[in-house]
Amino acid sequence: MADATMSNVFKKNSKQLQANWVKDLAAGSAGARGRISAAELEQQTAEFLDLLAVASEHARASDITAPEFKPIREFLEGVSRSRVAQGFSSDETASFIFSLKKPFFAALRAEVGKDADALADQVWRATELLDALGLHTVKTYQKSREEVINRQQREMLELSTPVVKLWEGILALPMIGTLDSSRTQVVMENLLQKVVETGAQIAILDITGVPTVDTLVAQHLLKTVTALRLMGAECIISGVRPQIAQTIVHLGVDLQGVTTKANLADALALALKRTGTSLKQ
Amino acid sequence: MEKIPILRMGEFLLVTIQIDMHDQLALKLQDDLSAAISKNASKGVLIDISSLEMVDSFIGRMVADISGMGRILGAETVLVGMQPAVAITLVELGLSLPGIATALNVERGMALLRRKMDADGADDDQR
Repeated sequence: MADATMSNVFKKNSKQLQANWVKDLAAGSAGARGRISAAELEQQTAEFLDLLAVASEHARASDITAPEFKPIREFLEGVSRSRVAQGFSSDETASFIFSLKKPFFAALRAEVGKDADALADQVWRATELLDALGLHTVKTYQKSREEVINRQQREMLELSTPVVKLWEGILALPMIGTLDSSRTQVVMENLLQKVVETGAQIAILDITGVPTVDTLVAQHLLKTVTALRLMGAECIISGVRPQIAQTIVHLGVDLQGVTTKANLADALALALKRTGTSLKQ
Repeated sequence: MEKIPILRMGEFLLVTIQIDMHDQLALKLQDDLSAAISKNASKGVLIDISSLEMVDSFIGRMVADISGMGRILGAETVLVGMQPAVAITLVELGLSLPGIATALNVERGMALLRRKMDADGADDDQR
């Protein structure tokens, strides 16, 4: 069912509606000033109203999942994504749509006149439509933010697990930060892959940057050591601080069969000895 | 029926698993290999699993068993070329294959086998 009244409003009062909307937007979002130019706002509002006019002519007004609303949904997704990039908060982004209500209702009143029933009906429909569009905007905003967070998390994972080649056949993995299951998984996969690529015989896991070692972390370390051994490489754990040594003993974690050293230099010296390399001073 | 070839190289046996193992194949390999070790009086067995990309707990245990069997029959067994994914899976399954010698590739595995044989020979001489 196409909505004649609403699309009439868009057709006749489009310019007036847009002017009022922009004014409300500027008044409402005090914090947004400077982050988005007036020209850009002008252009976005005009485009939105055009799209809305087209869509409301063809579709049932309240159902924004209808194919007629696809362009408008995509437009809003674009807007909320750019709002994320510009550093707007979620309420500022949502108010882009919700601030249209006041001028829109005013325009509806002018269109319908004194018929209270018809006006209430129209206002309800308009509210339903704008709410749905506003919610869609917020949803996209949230999704974009989550994407940003996920990307940062991935980048942090990559940043924190560099595998370095110390010598021919000797790899080192300086670990920094708390070890949890997902991180250990990434660390282990990276290290094993590097061992295959470089054909290294010895890998040194340096845990100087790991703040605490509990049973879970110790178990993760042991798993990595075992996987390395299965692939035919040896593993040395270095950078065990005094407190950590104490914790490991108190926890009763069995690190037997794993070579541990207090610092990376000792571990490297041992690794060189095992690979049969000798250094002269 | 498909079969995993067992190659003889002097006193060593070389087993290269180049297809995804299924249970029947693993059992057959176990039979064939133990027969081949005793027939040839082999001193060392090298099992190359570099093409094996998937393992389940059964195959993991088979690999461990085959290596253990070789040792009992008097042949040093070295497992070489395990893929990272396979190593992680085995560890997660709790199959850490204790006591089984491993090496990164066939070349290193051969060197390791020779070293082990030399060490054994030295022991024999001392006796």
